[in-house]
Amino acid sequence: MVDIGAFLAMGGYAGFVWPAYGVAFTVLGGLALFSWRRYRQSTVALERLQQDLRNRR
Amino acid sequence: MINWLANPARFMRLSAKAVPWCGWVAVLALAVGLFWSLVVAPPDYQQGDTVRIMYVHVPAAWMALSVYLFVAVASAVALVWRHPLAEVAARSAAPIGAAFTFVCLATGSLWGRPMWGAWWVWDARLTSVLILFFLYLGYIALANAFDDPSRGGRAGAVLALVGVVNLPIIKFSVDWWNTLHQPASVMRAGGPRIDISMLAPLLIMALGFTLLFAVLLMVRMRTALNERKAMALRLNAGSAPVARLDRERVVSARTAMP
Repeated sequence: MVDIGAFLAMGGYAGFVWPAYGVAFTVLGGLALFSWRRYRQSTVALERLQQDLRNRR
Repeated sequence: MINWLANPARFMRLSAKAVPWCGWVAVLALAVGLFWSLVVAPPDYQQGDTVRIMYVHVPAAWMALSVYLFVAVASAVALVWRHPLAEVAARSAAPIGAAFTFVCLATGSLWGRPMWGAWWVWDARLTSVLILFFLYLGYIALANAFDDPSRGGRAGAVLALVGVVNLPIIKFSVDWWNTLHQPASVMRAGGPRIDISMLAPLLIMALGFTLLFAVLLMVRMRTALNERKAMALRLNAGSAPVARLDRERVVSARTAMP
Protein backbone atom coordinates (compact mmCIF):
# COMPACT_ATOMS: atom_id res chain seq x y z
CA MET A 1 0.00 0.00 0.00
CA VAL A 2 1.12 3.54 -0.68
CA ASP A 3 1.57 5.50 2.52
CA ILE A 4 -0.05 8.85 1.79
CA GLY A 5 1.37 10.44 4.94
CA ALA A 6 4.93 9.47 4.04
CA PHE A 7 4.39 10.64 0.47
CA LEU A 8 3.18 14.06 1.65
CA ALA A 9 6.05 14.34 4.15
CA MET A 10 8.63 14.01 1.33
CA GLY A 11 11.22 12.60 3.72
CA GLY A 12 10.96 15.69 5.91
CA TYR A 13 11.40 18.11 3.02
CA ALA A 14 7.67 18.74 2.41
CA GLY A 15 8.17 22.46 3.14
CA PHE A 16 10.51 22.76 0.15
CA VAL A 17 9.32 20.19 -2.38
CA TRP A 18 5.61 21.08 -2.38
CA PRO A 19 6.08 24.88 -2.57
CA ALA A 20 8.46 24.32 -5.54
CA TYR A 21 5.80 22.37 -7.43
CA GLY A 22 3.18 24.89 -6.24
CA VAL A 23 5.11 27.87 -7.62
CA ALA A 24 5.62 26.15 -10.98
CA PHE A 25 1.96 25.16 -11.21
CA THR A 26 0.68 28.60 -10.18
CA VAL A 27 2.96 30.63 -12.45
CA LEU A 28 2.67 28.44 -15.57
CA GLY A 29 -1.01 27.62 -15.02
CA GLY A 30 -1.78 31.28 -14.38
CA LEU A 31 0.00 32.33 -17.56
CA ALA A 32 -1.87 29.65 -19.55
CA LEU A 33 -5.24 30.75 -18.12
CA PHE A 34 -4.52 34.43 -18.71
CA SER A 35 -3.29 33.78 -22.27
CA TRP A 36 -6.33 31.65 -23.11
CA ARG A 37 -8.83 34.22 -21.71
CA ARG A 38 -7.22 37.04 -23.64
CA TYR A 39 -7.28 34.90 -26.80
CA ARG A 40 -11.03 34.21 -26.39
CA GLN A 41 -11.65 37.94 -25.80
CA SER A 42 -9.67 38.94 -28.89
CA THR A 43 -11.53 36.38 -31.03
CA VAL A 44 -14.95 37.56 -29.84
CA ALA A 45 -13.98 41.23 -30.27
CA LEU A 46 -12.73 40.63 -33.82
CA GLU A 47 -15.86 38.69 -34.81
CA ARG A 48 -18.09 41.42 -33.38
CA LEU A 49 -16.13 44.09 -35.27
CA GLN A 50 -16.36 42.17 -38.56
CA GLN A 51 -20.11 41.73 -38.01
CA ASP A 52 -20.52 45.48 -37.35
CA LEU A 53 -18.60 46.38 -40.49
CA ARG A 54 -20.68 43.97 -42.59
CA ASN A 55 -23.91 45.45 -41.23
CA ARG A 56 -22.72 48.99 -41.94
CA ARG A 57 -22.15 48.26 -45.62
CA MET B 1 9.86 26.05 -44.71
CA ILE B 2 10.19 29.07 -42.39
CA ASN B 3 9.34 31.39 -45.26
CA TRP B 4 6.32 29.32 -46.17
CA LEU B 5 5.12 29.38 -42.56
CA ALA B 6 5.85 33.05 -42.13
CA ASN B 7 2.54 34.13 -43.58
CA PRO B 8 0.02 35.36 -41.00
CA ALA B 9 -3.02 33.82 -42.76
CA ARG B 10 -1.30 30.46 -43.15
CA PHE B 11 -0.07 30.64 -39.55
CA MET B 12 -3.65 31.20 -38.34
CA ARG B 13 -4.91 28.19 -40.32
CA LEU B 14 -2.14 25.81 -39.20
CA SER B 15 -2.03 26.93 -35.57
CA ALA B 16 -5.81 26.48 -35.25
CA LYS B 17 -5.21 22.77 -35.88
CA ALA B 18 -1.92 22.52 -33.95
CA VAL B 19 -3.06 24.18 -30.69
CA PRO B 20 -5.50 21.46 -29.48
CA TRP B 21 -3.13 18.63 -30.49
CA CYS B 22 -0.09 20.19 -28.87
CA GLY B 23 -2.17 21.16 -25.86
CA TRP B 24 -3.44 17.68 -25.09
CA VAL B 25 -0.04 16.06 -25.65
CA ALA B 26 1.46 18.69 -23.31
CA VAL B 27 -1.13 17.88 -20.63
CA LEU B 28 -0.44 14.16 -21.04
CA ALA B 29 3.36 14.60 -20.89
CA LEU B 30 3.10 16.82 -17.80
CA ALA B 31 0.72 14.38 -16.07
CA VAL B 32 3.03 11.42 -16.73
CA GLY B 33 6.08 13.53 -15.84
CA LEU B 34 4.56 14.72 -12.54
CA PHE B 35 3.56 11.20 -11.48
CA TRP B 36 7.00 9.89 -12.39
CA SER B 37 8.84 12.74 -10.63
CA LEU B 38 6.81 12.69 -7.43
CA VAL B 39 5.99 9.00 -7.02
CA VAL B 40 8.04 6.65 -9.20
CA ALA B 41 11.50 8.28 -9.17
CA PRO B 42 13.67 7.32 -6.18
CA PRO B 43 14.91 9.81 -3.58
CA ASP B 44 18.57 10.77 -3.95
CA TYR B 45 21.05 9.00 -1.68
CA GLN B 46 22.47 12.35 -0.54
CA GLN B 47 19.72 14.88 -1.13
CA GLY B 48 16.74 12.74 -0.16
CA ASP B 49 13.41 13.88 -1.56
CA THR B 50 14.60 17.45 -2.31
CA VAL B 51 15.99 16.01 -5.55
CA ARG B 52 12.39 16.00 -6.82
CA ILE B 53 12.66 19.79 -7.13
CA MET B 54 15.07 19.06 -9.98
CA TYR B 55 12.22 17.83 -12.21
CA VAL B 56 10.73 21.33 -12.38
CA HIS B 57 13.88 23.38 -11.76
CA VAL B 58 16.07 21.97 -14.53
CA PRO B 59 13.46 21.90 -17.35
CA ALA B 60 12.44 25.45 -16.35
CA ALA B 61 16.09 26.51 -16.62
CA TRP B 62 16.45 24.87 -20.05
CA MET B 63 13.28 26.66 -21.20
CA ALA B 64 14.48 29.98 -19.76
CA LEU B 65 17.59 29.78 -21.96
CA SER B 66 16.04 28.32 -25.11
CA VAL B 67 13.06 30.70 -25.10
CA TYR B 68 15.49 33.61 -24.82
CA LEU B 69 17.38 32.25 -27.82
CA PHE B 70 14.05 31.99 -29.66
CA VAL B 71 13.21 35.63 -28.80
CA ALA B 72 16.66 36.72 -30.01
CA VAL B 73 16.47 34.81 -33.31
CA ALA B 74 12.92 36.07 -33.97
CA SER B 75 14.10 39.60 -33.14
CA ALA B 76 16.98 39.30 -35.61
CA VAL B 77 14.59 38.11 -38.34
CA ALA B 78 12.21 40.96 -37.49
CA LEU B 79 15.05 43.53 -37.65
CA VAL B 80 16.65 42.26 -40.86
CA TRP B 81 13.64 41.23 -42.95
CA ARG B 82 11.03 43.38 -41.18
CA HIS B 83 8.72 40.41 -41.08
CA PRO B 84 5.67 41.22 -38.93
CA LEU B 85 5.15 37.60 -37.83
CA ALA B 86 8.69 37.39 -36.44
CA GLU B 87 8.09 40.48 -34.32
CA VAL B 88 4.79 39.03 -33.07
CA ALA B 89 6.59 35.75 -32.25
CA ALA B 90 9.32 37.48 -30.22
CA ARG B 91 6.80 39.66 -28.39
CA SER B 92 4.54 36.67 -27.61
CA ALA B 93 7.38 34.40 -26.43
CA ALA B 94 9.05 36.83 -23.99
CA PRO B 95 6.45 36.64 -21.16
CA ILE B 96 6.50 32.82 -21.38
CA GLY B 97 10.30 32.86 -21.06
CA ALA B 98 10.07 35.26 -18.12
CA ALA B 99 7.62 32.88 -16.40
CA PHE B 100 9.98 29.92 -16.90
CA THR B 101 12.91 31.98 -15.57
CA PHE B 102 10.91 32.98 -12.50
CA VAL B 103 9.99 29.32 -11.87
CA CYS B 104 13.66 28.37 -12.25
CA LEU B 105 14.78 31.02 -9.72
CA ALA B 106 12.00 30.27 -7.20
CA THR B 107 12.42 26.48 -7.29
CA GLY B 108 16.21 26.89 -7.16
CA SER B 109 15.84 29.00 -4.04
CA LEU B 110 13.58 26.36 -2.45
CA TRP B 111 16.19 23.73 -3.31
CA GLY B 112 19.13 25.84 -2.13
CA ARG B 113 17.77 26.43 1.36
CA PRO B 114 17.82 22.77 2.52
CA MET B 115 20.91 21.74 0.48
CA TRP B 116 23.20 24.78 0.66
CA GLY B 117 21.69 26.38 3.75
CA ALA B 118 20.86 29.60 1.89
CA TRP B 119 17.86 30.84 -0.09
CA TRP B 120 20.15 32.85 -2.30
CA VAL B 121 23.87 33.27 -2.92
CA TRP B 122 25.46 35.81 -5.27
CA ASP B 123 27.22 33.13 -7.22
CA ALA B 124 27.90 33.34 -10.96
CA ARG B 125 25.17 30.94 -12.09
CA LEU B 126 22.41 32.42 -9.93
CA THR B 127 23.35 36.00 -10.68
CA SER B 128 23.53 35.46 -14.44
CA VAL B 129 20.08 33.81 -14.43
CA LEU B 130 18.73 36.74 -12.41
CA ILE B 131 20.14 39.04 -15.13
CA LEU B 132 18.34 36.87 -17.72
CA PHE B 133 15.08 37.47 -15.82
CA PHE B 134 15.70 41.24 -15.88
CA LEU B 135 16.54 41.07 -19.61
CA TYR B 136 13.14 39.46 -20.21
CA LEU B 137 11.40 42.16 -18.12
CA GLY B 138 13.37 44.87 -19.94
CA TYR B 139 12.40 43.46 -23.32
CA ILE B 140 8.70 43.26 -22.35
CA ALA B 141 8.73 46.80 -20.95
CA LEU B 142 10.54 48.23 -23.98
CA ALA B 143 8.42 46.38 -26.56
CA ASN B 144 5.26 47.80 -24.98
CA ALA B 145 6.61 51.28 -24.24
CA PHE B 146 5.64 52.83 -27.58
CA ASP B 147 2.20 53.66 -28.98
CA ASP B 148 3.39 52.23 -32.26
CA PRO B 149 3.93 48.48 -31.75
CA SER B 150 6.46 48.20 -34.60
CA ARG B 151 8.71 50.85 -33.03
CA GLY B 152 8.53 49.13 -29.65
CA GLY B 153 9.26 45.82 -31.34
CA ARG B 154 12.41 47.22 -32.98
CA ALA B 155 13.70 48.77 -29.74
CA GLY B 156 13.02 45.52 -27.88
CA ALA B 157 14.69 43.48 -30.61
CA VAL B 158 17.96 45.40 -30.18
CA LEU B 159 17.89 44.77 -26.43
CA ALA B 160 17.13 41.07 -26.99
CA LEU B 161 20.11 40.74 -29.35
CA VAL B 162 22.50 42.53 -27.00
CA GLY B 163 21.31 40.25 -24.18
CA VAL B 164 22.32 37.11 -26.09
CA VAL B 165 25.84 37.59 -24.68
CA ASN B 166 24.37 36.48 -21.33
CA LEU B 167 23.45 32.99 -22.64
CA PRO B 168 26.99 31.54 -22.88
CA ILE B 169 27.81 33.26 -19.59
CA ILE B 170 24.96 31.34 -17.92
CA LYS B 171 25.84 28.06 -19.62
CA PHE B 172 29.55 28.17 -18.79
CA SER B 173 29.34 30.07 -15.48
CA VAL B 174 29.66 26.79 -13.59
CA ASP B 175 32.93 26.00 -15.41
CA TRP B 176 34.48 29.47 -15.56
CA TRP B 177 33.95 30.44 -11.95
CA ASN B 178 34.07 28.60 -8.68
CA THR B 179 30.35 28.40 -8.01
CA LEU B 180 28.18 26.73 -5.41
CA HIS B 181 25.93 25.56 -8.22
CA GLN B 182 26.79 22.12 -9.55
CA PRO B 183 28.17 21.78 -13.11
CA ALA B 184 26.12 20.32 -15.98
CA SER B 185 25.20 16.66 -15.53
CA VAL B 186 22.90 16.08 -18.53
CA MET B 187 24.10 18.28 -21.40
CA ARG B 188 27.80 17.53 -21.15
CA ALA B 189 30.47 15.99 -23.35
CA GLY B 190 30.58 12.26 -22.73
CA GLY B 191 26.84 11.86 -22.16
CA PRO B 192 24.57 12.42 -19.18
CA ARG B 193 25.97 11.58 -15.73
CA ILE B 194 22.64 10.85 -14.12
CA ASP B 195 20.83 7.55 -13.58
CA ILE B 196 18.08 6.56 -16.03
CA SER B 197 15.54 6.38 -13.17
CA MET B 198 15.97 10.13 -12.73
CA LEU B 199 16.87 11.04 -16.30
CA ALA B 200 13.61 9.61 -17.72
CA PRO B 201 11.18 11.78 -15.68
CA LEU B 202 13.48 14.77 -16.21
CA LEU B 203 13.29 14.39 -19.99
CA ILE B 204 9.50 13.84 -19.93
CA MET B 205 9.03 17.02 -17.88
CA ALA B 206 11.30 18.83 -20.34
CA LEU B 207 9.14 17.57 -23.22
CA GLY B 208 6.01 18.72 -21.36
CA PHE B 209 7.48 22.19 -20.77
CA THR B 210 8.54 22.45 -24.43
CA LEU B 211 5.06 21.54 -25.66
CA LEU B 212 3.53 23.95 -23.14
CA PHE B 213 5.75 26.68 -24.57
CA ALA B 214 4.66 25.79 -28.13
CA VAL B 215 0.96 25.94 -27.21
CA LEU B 216 1.25 29.18 -25.24
CA LEU B 217 3.33 30.74 -28.02
CA MET B 218 0.74 29.86 -30.68
CA VAL B 219 -2.18 31.04 -28.52
CA ARG B 220 -0.45 34.34 -27.71
CA MET B 221 0.54 34.89 -31.36
CA ARG B 222 -3.04 34.24 -32.45
CA THR B 223 -4.18 36.79 -29.86
CA ALA B 224 -1.74 39.40 -31.15
CA LEU B 225 -2.77 38.78 -34.78
CA ASN B 226 -6.46 39.03 -33.84
CA GLU B 227 -5.82 42.33 -32.07
CA ARG B 228 -3.78 43.74 -34.95
CA LYS B 229 -6.37 42.70 -37.48
CA ALA B 230 -9.08 44.38 -35.40
CA MET B 231 -6.97 47.55 -35.23
CA ALA B 232 -6.38 47.50 -38.99
CA LEU B 233 -10.12 47.01 -39.67
CA ARG B 234 -10.99 49.90 -37.37
CA LEU B 235 -8.44 52.13 -39.11
CA ASN B 236 -9.70 51.17 -42.58
CA ALA B 237 -13.30 51.74 -41.51
CA GLY B 238 -12.34 55.23 -40.40
CA SER B 239 -13.87 54.78 -36.97
CA ALA B 240 -10.54 55.35 -35.25
CA PRO B 241 -8.97 58.81 -35.02
CA VAL B 242 -6.71 58.18 -38.02
CA ALA B 243 -5.51 61.79 -38.22
CA ARG B 244 -3.76 61.41 -34.89
CA LEU B 245 -1.76 58.42 -36.05
CA ASP B 246 1.37 58.73 -38.09
CA ARG B 247 1.56 57.10 -41.49
CA GLU B 248 3.98 54.41 -40.37
CA ARG B 249 1.54 53.07 -37.84
CA VAL B 250 -1.20 52.72 -40.44
CA VAL B 251 1.20 50.96 -42.77
CA SER B 252 2.46 48.62 -40.06
CA ALA B 253 -1.10 47.77 -39.05
CA ARG B 254 -1.95 46.96 -42.67
CA THR B 255 1.08 44.74 -43.22
CA ALA B 256 0.26 42.94 -39.98
CA MET B 257 -3.22 42.12 -41.22
CA PRO B 258 -3.40 38.48 -42.24
